[in-house]
Amino acid sequence: MDLAAIITLNGLTLAALYFIVASGFSLIFGLMRVVNMAHGSLYLVAAYVGYAVFEPLYDDDVWYAWYVGLAAGIGFAAVFGAAMQKLLLGWMQGQELRQALVTIGVSIIVADQLLAIYGGNPRQFFAPDAIFGSTQIPGIGGYPTFRLVQIGIAVAVGVGLWLLLNRTKLGMMIRAGVDDREMLGACGVNVPLVGIAVFALGAALAGLGGVIGATAQPLSQGVDGRFLLVSLVVVIVGGMGSIPGTAIGAILIGLAEQIGQAVFPTYSVVLTFVIMVVVLATRPQGVLGRA
Amino acid sequence: MTLRLTRRSALLGAGGILAGGLSAPAIAQRAPIRLGGLATLEGPFATGGQDGFRCIQMELERINSTAGGRRIELIRESSNAQADVALARARKLIEQDNVDMILGPLSGAEGIALRDYSRTLTGKTIVNGSSGASDTTLRNPSPNFFRFSTDGTQWMAGLGNHVYRTMGVREVAIVAGDYAFPYAQVFGFNIEFCRAGGKVTHYWAPLGTTDFGSQIAQINRSDVGALVVVHGGTDGLAFMTQYAQAGGNKPLVAGSIMADQSMLSARGPHRRVMTGMISAGPIADVIDDPMWREFVERYRRRWLNEGGFQSPSIHGVNYTTNLMGILHALNAVDGDLSGNQVAFQRALAAAAFKAPTGAEVKLDHNRQAISDIFVNRIEERDGRAQVVAFARANAINQTLGTPEAQFLALGAPSRDNPGCVPAAS
Amino acid sequence: MHDRVILWSLLGVVLMLLAPWGLLQVLPVNQAQFWTANILGRGIVFGIIAMSLTFLATYGGFISLAQMMIAGVAGYTVAVFVDGAVPRIVGGFGYAVAIPLGLLAATVMGLIVGAISVRTRDIYLLMITLALAMGVFRFIETNIAWFNGYEGIRNVVGPGVFGFDFRNAYVFYYIALATAAALYFGVLYLVRSPFGLVLQGIRDNPRRVAALGYAVGLHRIAAFGVAGFIAGCGGVLATIYNIGISPGSIGLGASVNVLIMSVIGGLGHPLGAFMGSLVFTFFDTFAASIYDRERFNTLIGVVFLAIVLLSPDGLLGAGKRLRRLLGGANAPRP
Repeated sequence: MDLAAIITLNGLTLAALYFIVASGFSLIFGLMRVVNMAHGSLYLVAAYVGYAVFEPLYDDDVWYAWYVGLAAGIGFAAVFGAAMQKLLLGWMQGQELRQALVTIGVSIIVADQLLAIYGGNPRQFFAPDAIFGSTQIPGIGGYPTFRLVQIGIAVAVGVGLWLLLNRTKLGMMIRAGVDDREMLGACGVNVPLVGIAVFALGAALAGLGGVIGATAQPLSQGVDGRFLLVSLVVVIVGGMGSIPGTAIGAILIGLAEQIGQAVFPTYSVVLTFVIMVVVLATRPQGVLGRA
Repeated sequence: MTLRLTRRSALLGAGGILAGGLSAPAIAQRAPIRLGGLATLEGPFATGGQDGFRCIQMELERINSTAGGRRIELIRESSNAQADVALARARKLIEQDNVDMILGPLSGAEGIALRDYSRTLTGKTIVNGSSGASDTTLRNPSPNFFRFSTDGTQWMAGLGNHVYRTMGVREVAIVAGDYAFPYAQVFGFNIEFCRAGGKVTHYWAPLGTTDFGSQIAQINRSDVGALVVVHGGTDGLAFMTQYAQAGGNKPLVAGSIMADQSMLSARGPHRRVMTGMISAGPIADVIDDPMWREFVERYRRRWLNEGGFQSPSIHGVNYTTNLMGILHALNAVDGDLSGNQVAFQRALAAAAFKAPTGAEVKLDHNRQAISDIFVNRIEERDGRAQVVAFARANAINQTLGTPEAQFLALGAPSRDNPGCVPAAS
Repeated sequence: MHDRVILWSLLGVVLMLLAPWGLLQVLPVNQAQFWTANILGRGIVFGIIAMSLTFLATYGGFISLAQMMIAGVAGYTVAVFVDGAVPRIVGGFGYAVAIPLGLLAATVMGLIVGAISVRTRDIYLLMITLALAMGVFRFIETNIAWFNGYEGIRNVVGPGVFGFDFRNAYVFYYIALATAAALYFGVLYLVRSPFGLVLQGIRDNPRRVAALGYAVGLHRIAAFGVAGFIAGCGGVLATIYNIGISPGSIGLGASVNVLIMSVIGGLGHPLGAFMGSLVFTFFDTFAASIYDRERFNTLIGVVFLAIVLLSPDGLLGAGKRLRRLLGGANAPRP
């Protein structure tokens, strides 16, 4: 019984990480109609850059090492994402396929350069002691605190995005842009600038996911592909461009992975894709997607 | 010593020509020997491949790139640990670059692909780099493929007995990746442990699993006496970190690529639980052997400031051992590769020498190494965690001492055939 | 226009027929053989797989990232059923049975991919086909019983053909070339048939085609089936060329590589697939000498990015533009 509870909790914490990463992907797709195939690369870049900042501080036993690494990773990813939109993608707005191809090119180069700079050794962040040990949960016993923190961060990201999209001017512009870009431009809004802001925000979320993910699981080359696929599947299942849909997709996939691993390990990977195919067959636009 | 020997054989070779006894092709043979080096420089095993090349370069520098009186020219190629890529590179080395022999590859599936390719060649030789799949030499061996390094099953020799007899553990849980290399390692462990009377529960995880939370929860609730971890690389780090975070406290035993500097040099809570961990394999950081001490010293002098590890990696040592086999045979035939390399291959098959670890190496009838395996413990030494050899199993063959027919009858290692056969009563 | 394309294509085939002989004139025997089998031959084999993608892109407007996976399905089917493969999964069949089974499996897989993605377009289709391909890849990589997992199935040496050994470089090359030429002209023929015209109509305006009474969905699925068959031919040849198959052959990198080949060559015509695959194979083989073996992926990434940014219709498009520049004002405008 308590095993079932642990597996469920594991599924939810994994879902939290997936949600953080995929929400950025979904956001960029929602407004910009760009399938950012370099989303996994942003995750990886943020994690490596964050680690490069984190490591010397950690060596000096500075308590804020992790927070600085987190900020550095998020910041770098945001700048990288904004630069990508400004330099490569902005001027081919509307050519969705070409944009996807450009991001594929970027992801190939980034992955190879990261290997050249940081080598192939796995790395891992260590969160501050306050959130790193284990917490007693009634009925379950000791549970890694950081995994619970992951859920907290994911909820914060979800609420933050909701507030941003529904309660701020930027959010209004973004939502308007989803429905009608031209009209938004005609209203005097600097649409390209909104685009860069959205890209920076989406990339920052990938970066946040990168550092959080590299604290929960080791960081290594090749993780970019994994998180790109996770983002794809979560967003396809949940509904393209919908944040609540992304949350539902993340929870479905996270739980499926953990339950599958416990119940039928050999075929657990397939479960994820069965879910995807079933959703596509019944609701091609995803659980909460708009047709 | 080797250098003088080399010079003398060079002189002998030259003398032979002066005496007029040799024909034209032999003169042409004084051209450099072309050695193709194939290791993995892309993908998950890139660090291992880099270290392989470091060690090859160091060994060639030591002998002044000369063996059997001929210069050795190294042509490097790299793969990404995928069989078809390794095959494409090997074809390029043999057919385009016209190398005489290949030293490589690094990983299991690549090794089997190159073994199959070597069968289609005449007058060319492939000597393993660091790949450790048993079947490469055990089943359907190729006459042109030689392996002076030991395989994944051999690497576990001595561990099962140590756990049962010395640690007194009667029941273990094994966590392992769900693919061929861990199968071979688990097989090697179980053969000894189950024969001694031990009981085993297996937890398999698909390759690339990063979240072991549910398995760890099950293990921590069971009352096994020890946990055997046969993961490696990123999966291994993930497992260990999560095990430490979940407050795991069972005695730890590990496969050969778990107790590795790439794991120990990564920081984190896993280092706390890994201190005291027992493992087995073809190398350790600390081996009480003058040859090994000299090798490590030389490695550190050469590479520590150029991105090398504190101590040579398992892949670096395997590449060196296999290169030493080549050099040994080249010296024995005075660099003569004529006659479709028949004499050279015979010399390879007969080579007997000491690996950098001080282990004796010779080949069996399948051209597979029979060599020594170390049983190790992780200890804090000089302020860092090191893998220290405390026991040594001598002359371990590919069937771990079981008669070959009987061993083959057990079938190939797999998740359904993990080698746990109790001794016949 | 169409006749000129056929004429040029025939000329290309003749050139490729003579290429091994030409190589022998300028290179030592072993290197000529290497170029024949491992640059031209391998290029052609991957060109076939890339052409299945280009076919869908050119005439249907679908960019499918599942084509390498579909090719792999054919390769795995052959490896599972054919005698002599190691390990033996089913075995017991000769190549004469195993290869048609492989092509059938690939066609069926193509139809399945088409059916699953039938209601999506453009980038949605790209995402879904990629996700499907990775799903199959992960399944094969983790399944031991049927696909021998990560290690794959080895020793698929290929059949003897009229007494010739498939492992001979020239036998392999000419079989690959004949297959590629047959499929290429088959595609050119097919797109002029009623089926091909409807397909192109769907690409340009699906609603109008539906209004004319054609079953849009069925035509789309059929197009994926055709592409699946083409990819399957490439997959069987690639598996025999590689003496076996392992999951790495159909992973993310391999799938993206096929897309790279198609885009480098140009998505405007099936010919682009072969141009792209030959350029890619050349770079892949000689990156060590041109640039730096270890940084091959940066090189190919930069080339790819440059082509997408500067000449989105690939080498074919670049050639056309060049001709227009040279030909001046009287050249026809697109």
